Amino acid sequence: MTTPVFVALPIQRLHSNRRQRTFWGITLCVLFLLVIILSPWVMGDAGLSPVLPQRNQPPSLAHAFGTDWIGRDMLSRSLHGMSLSLRIGLLAATMSALIGTGLGLAAGTLGGWVDAVITWIIDVFFSLPHLVLLILIAFAVGGGTTGVIIAVAFTHWTSLARVIRAETLQVNSSDYVKLSHRFGRSPLWIASHHMVPHIIPQLLVGLILLFPHAILHEAALSFIGIGLSPHIPAIGIILAESMRHLSTGYWWLGVMPGVLLLLSVKAFDWLGENVRALLDPKTSQG
Amino acid sequence: MSILTFTIQKLLRLGLLLLAVAIFTFVLLSFSPIDPVRAYIGADMLQISPEQRQLIAERWGLDQPLILRFGDWLGQLLQGNLGTSMVYNQPVGEVIATRFWVSLQMLAIAWLLSGILGLGLGILAGALAGSWTDRIIRLYAYTLASSPTFWVALLLLITFSVSLKVTPICCAAPPGVLAADVTIWQHLHHLLLPSITLSIIGIANITLHTRQKLIDVLHSDYILFAHAQGESLWGVIRYHGFRNLILPALTLQFASLSELFGGSVLVEQVFAYPGLGEATVQAALRSDIPLLVGIVFFSALFVYSGNTLADLAYPIVDPRIRIGGSQS
Repeated sequence: MTTPVFVALPIQRLHSNRRQRTFWGITLCVLFLLVIILSPWVMGDAGLSPVLPQRNQPPSLAHAFGTDWIGRDMLSRSLHGMSLSLRIGLLAATMSALIGTGLGLAAGTLGGWVDAVITWIIDVFFSLPHLVLLILIAFAVGGGTTGVIIAVAFTHWTSLARVIRAETLQVNSSDYVKLSHRFGRSPLWIASHHMVPHIIPQLLVGLILLFPHAILHEAALSFIGIGLSPHIPAIGIILAESMRHLSTGYWWLGVMPGVLLLLSVKAFDWLGENVRALLDPKTSQG
Repeated sequence: MSILTFTIQKLLRLGLLLLAVAIFTFVLLSFSPIDPVRAYIGADMLQISPEQRQLIAERWGLDQPLILRFGDWLGQLLQGNLGTSMVYNQPVGEVIATRFWVSLQMLAIAWLLSGILGLGLGILAGALAGSWTDRIIRLYAYTLASSPTFWVALLLLITFSVSLKVTPICCAAPPGVLAADVTIWQHLHHLLLPSITLSIIGIANITLHTRQKLIDVLHSDYILFAHAQGESLWGVIRYHGFRNLILPALTLQFASLSELFGGSVLVEQVFAYPGLGEATVQAALRSDIPLLVGIVFFSALFVYSGNTLADLAYPIVDPRIRIGGSQS
């Protein structure tokens, strides 16, 4: 699994096989996202202080994203904001994945009323529009950064929990698990030795594919003003601020940070697809 | 299963769902750090003595145990009393009704447009699978699926309202015009861009699913047979593909009401459109708990009606399916 398999070919081809391309895809995505996340520490606060003579400049070589209404460099601001949003998204999505796995495993292995209650909770969550649920939870826990993290963490676990529950039920009905029961193993032992290895690939892909949703929802909450405070410029807040300057024709304030957000989300999508292709035995060799 | 049992079953399920939403909302809000007295009084909090505060809390029954308060609240809800909105100073039911009426036209146009366009693009991509048309449609759908709703709205606003100046920049009517004097054309003009934005976002999902379904259908034996009889590609799609496509598309389209509602919150925020979505944001930002809870109930009802309508549409599209799925 770790070393690429080379098929002996009469002529060495120049372009790589699918497995190598998948590896390249993963490396590129991870690098791109790491650069964004780490950029605030590399750049420091350069470009964040107001430079009044350079107000409202359209994108140029010196300022790739232009400058805002008090002369701050939009590229630095966008990178700072995106890094913050990515970190919040990562934290919230990881929490969500843990909740989803825990509840999915519990529903699948314990069955009975535990399963009934968890399935019911999932149904209730699906019966409300996601954004309304996010707003309700973020509001109820008092808003702010914690509010966003909790709201995103507590609303994204449902689909993953469903997948894991189905997977567990499937493994649970297999012969080797029945045999294990006959040997007198405890449900916990079976869960950790038979279920977890099956679920880890699902969890990994599920987790990566959760990130884009988490980041988009964090940005949406911040955009409507329920999320982070305006003093912490997350990407949603930068976009919300740009709304006030739209009618004056400063299009880059809204367009460029959004492009960065779109690229980050796409990078996670692509990463998820590639990791799935690598973990799935049908597509991992080729 | 008759129509009657179907209706009773659906209503029972709706009752259970709303009860679940009520329990969930109540538990969530009672454990929240938000002080209801402070939320109600707002900025005047400084002028109120602790004794007065105590009085308000007692009058509202805040000193009662949780389960009693829930009983009280549920009793009021069952009588149709959703409380009074603090932001709009009107009964919550009225606020939701007027706001939803404004949003409804936008939602309806967006829903129809995204359904028709999504189905059309999906069929086109599926029929020409592998071609450049297909690739462009797929790229478009995948990109839209991962773009933030409010950003797409911003882009359209910048392009059409600021640069080209063909659509108004905000609101549901021109500024300074009385609501009664707004003509139907002004109304549609203000409705246009928000609806298009909402529909553009809804297209991606239905396009990708329709495309996949059509490709599956086109690889079946009966299509091969139809081709052997000399039927053209479009004939095959018209007579064999479409009927198989429409059922999953309908399910998706009715299920998308949930996302449509969420999208309208963001889109109305960008276009400053005074609908239900904007009221949701105001309720959350200004701690209007009765209105927020009312909207939560309403949105649950909205999503549920969508799913029920899908159930009702199946037997019309596919005569093999009878209401409630009578066992054959």
